[in-house]
Amino acid sequence: MMDKMIFGRFIPGDSFVHRLDPRSKLIFVFAFIIVVFLANNTPTYIVLLAFTLLVILMSRIKLYFLINGLKPIIILMVFTFLLHIFFTKEGPLIFEWKFIHIYEQGLRQGIYISIRFLVLVFVTSILTLTTSPISITDGMEVLLGPLKKFKLPVHELALMMSISLRFIPTLMDETDKIMKAQMARGSDITTGPIKDRIKAVVPLLVPLFVSAFKRAEDLATAMEVRGYRGGEGRTRYRQLKWSIEDTVALLSIVVITAILVYLRS
Amino acid sequence: MDIELQKVSFAYAPGTPFEKRALFDVDLAIPSDSYQAIIGHTGSGKSTILQHLNALLKPTEGSVRIGDRTIHAGKKENDLRPVRQKVGIVFQFPEHQLFEETVLKDIIFGPMNFGVSEEEAINRAHTLIKLVGLPESVLEKSPFDLSGGQMRRVAIAGVLAMEPEVIVLDEPTAGLDPRGRTEIMELFYRLHRERHLTTILVTHSMEDAARYADRIAIMHEGHCVLTGTPEEIFSNAEELVNYRLELPHVVRFQHQLEQKMGRKLPKLCLTEEELAKTIAQLLREERDGQ
Amino acid sequence: MHEILSLNHVTFTYAPEEPTVKKAVEDVSFHVEEGEWIAIVGHNGSGKSTIARLISGLLFPQSGTVNVLGQTLSEENLWESRSQIGMVFQNPDNQFVGATVQDDVAFALENNGVPYEDMVERVHEALKQVKMDDFLNHEPQHLSGGQKQRVAIAGALALRPRLLILDEATSMLDPQGRQEVLSVVRDLREKTGLTVLSITHDLEEAVMADRLLFMNGGKKYAEGTPSEIFALGDQLIELGLDLPFAMKLTKLLQAESVQLQGENMTEEQLVNDLWTSNFKK
Repeated sequence: MMDKMIFGRFIPGDSFVHRLDPRSKLIFVFAFIIVVFLANNTPTYIVLLAFTLLVILMSRIKLYFLINGLKPIIILMVFTFLLHIFFTKEGPLIFEWKFIHIYEQGLRQGIYISIRFLVLVFVTSILTLTTSPISITDGMEVLLGPLKKFKLPVHELALMMSISLRFIPTLMDETDKIMKAQMARGSDITTGPIKDRIKAVVPLLVPLFVSAFKRAEDLATAMEVRGYRGGEGRTRYRQLKWSIEDTVALLSIVVITAILVYLRS
Repeated sequence: MDIELQKVSFAYAPGTPFEKRALFDVDLAIPSDSYQAIIGHTGSGKSTILQHLNALLKPTEGSVRIGDRTIHAGKKENDLRPVRQKVGIVFQFPEHQLFEETVLKDIIFGPMNFGVSEEEAINRAHTLIKLVGLPESVLEKSPFDLSGGQMRRVAIAGVLAMEPEVIVLDEPTAGLDPRGRTEIMELFYRLHRERHLTTILVTHSMEDAARYADRIAIMHEGHCVLTGTPEEIFSNAEELVNYRLELPHVVRFQHQLEQKMGRKLPKLCLTEEELAKTIAQLLREERDGQ
Repeated sequence: MHEILSLNHVTFTYAPEEPTVKKAVEDVSFHVEEGEWIAIVGHNGSGKSTIARLISGLLFPQSGTVNVLGQTLSEENLWESRSQIGMVFQNPDNQFVGATVQDDVAFALENNGVPYEDMVERVHEALKQVKMDDFLNHEPQHLSGGQKQRVAIAGALALRPRLLILDEATSMLDPQGRQEVLSVVRDLREKTGLTVLSITHDLEEAVMADRLLFMNGGKKYAEGTPSEIFALGDQLIELGLDLPFAMKLTKLLQAESVQLQGENMTEEQLVNDLWTSNFKK
């Protein structure tokens, strides 16, 4: 079951990008998402593409995983591309067939928007592919730390997040097991008419909920016995270390911003 | 009904960077009316084999013949229900599959999926609940109000209610206390003898395999490495060590005793009862001989 | 000898409003001395797991007292007492909190505010004790049941507890996993003399203990050394337990009127008994 989920999966490695602190990576991605919107002409989009390519190379992630990451949004990309092509009626007409009229600006905008999608998906995928979910959680907890002053339960949220991450594979296995057990009893959710498939959901969901609650109860007991009573007075075993590379990564964003501001029309 | 695996290989997530092969060229023939044990450590591939026995998984290579239906690698199969009706599987911790409001509804769920009339299914439930050692009054209760051991019996009744010709048991006694363990194993053994139910026991218990099975297959790292009768398998101690498996307690004891006596007992005993009888017999013969 | 734990006339019911409902634990008393290994045995539903919950303060008795390290357990000293007791539960998956092995071992240390440098040292030390120090960064889904339970033991050891409770910690494991866990516990006892309380229906585990407490229907049915308890013979079987292999075979041989000296606890004893009583002429 897990094998189908390549998008959002962590691929362990030891590249420059892998070694960065999750905080710098999170800030980087967040800043990048904003910076992307600075691009508005051909040179700026070329710079964006080149920069993204550089990040990909430095992460040493195989293109296979990135292409797979594109799959879920490919339809959205094609749709917006077509939308721009058909509905932007500026610039000279470059193609005409029956009721289809394509203008130069339409084509240009369509390509721009596709590049924008592409670099955003690639860079966020690089974040999740090179950072373990638990490191992302750690980074978020620290970055959101100041919000504790506004009564946001940052520690609790981070703990919830990390426990959910920890239990995803367990629950996936469990789903697979219960599905197989019910299939063996003649109730198949994977084949047959839609009506039967809907009926097969209950025998799958009920046991899954029962077991999830049982696990939650067990886990709560185990945590209590091991002395857990909220974030107060806890120390942290997972330490984050900011290094010179992290500063360099953030500086690169500043440089890119400057270039884009200079080149944009 | 018999089942035959021919050159079965299986890989999870084939064709991706995460491909993981679980079975290699497995040949295994399980004749009708037999009690076949499949033994191996966790990760030896025995659970993967189990799922091939009623087409929950299809082989990546090779073929699986289940009665008169053959599942070939790479071929699209439609409607596997007839196969699944004939081969019932009691999964490990089967109580996790219960979901209905009442025990009765849960037991009739399987048979009704296979087209049995409600009336007939209810009849079966009434007979089976007694067979698995629970009072009929349990039928109206919620399965979630029962103890773990009772829930397991209900789940077993739910599989038996499909009236399969082959029953596959995956560690059916895991987590039970000694009494529960014996009761469940004896129940299946009785069904095997009285109703000629072909039984396949997937286990890591050498004791259970020695006591109940008439054929044993040993799995190791995705290969089926040894097959034979319990006598054949357990007289091959050196080979078992290679697969990090131990002899059953009785056999180990017999070896200890033989070493002390400096000679062999007339046969290899597979249960404590048999060993006690053999020793007593030997002593009687010696007394009479003197 | 120093007393680690004692229960005095402890009674507990899950339904205090309904006096007709059978009590989960009824008038149970026993004590554990420092360095002992005591096992609580009994069939499923005999009240043995309720005792574990009473000791760890997850439940409080309706009458009687639970004393941990000389103090009567109460809401006030609950957390202090928990920092002295390590506990391992039945289901290996449902007690693994951390994302990786080392995170999980550190969990109780974090909760108790142990400083970072100290934590690193203790995590490594604890993992070495259970022979899992090669698995620091492994995620739970890539570990076997036995390995997960060893990590759980390390998580308990990291706190340097005075008492380790194993609440059916081996009952969901395969034979290999069970062996791993038991041999780790045995090693620990040899090296550190840790006090262990194990709750089990596994005979092999029970025989390893110094003293057994046999529970039936919420009451203490018998208490004694393993040989004293197993001498109860058929009574044990009636109450849903089993006998060690050698004792079972001894009974079967005697039923076949083979002459034997007496109760044989181990296979070696039985072989020798058979030899001297029958074959050696």
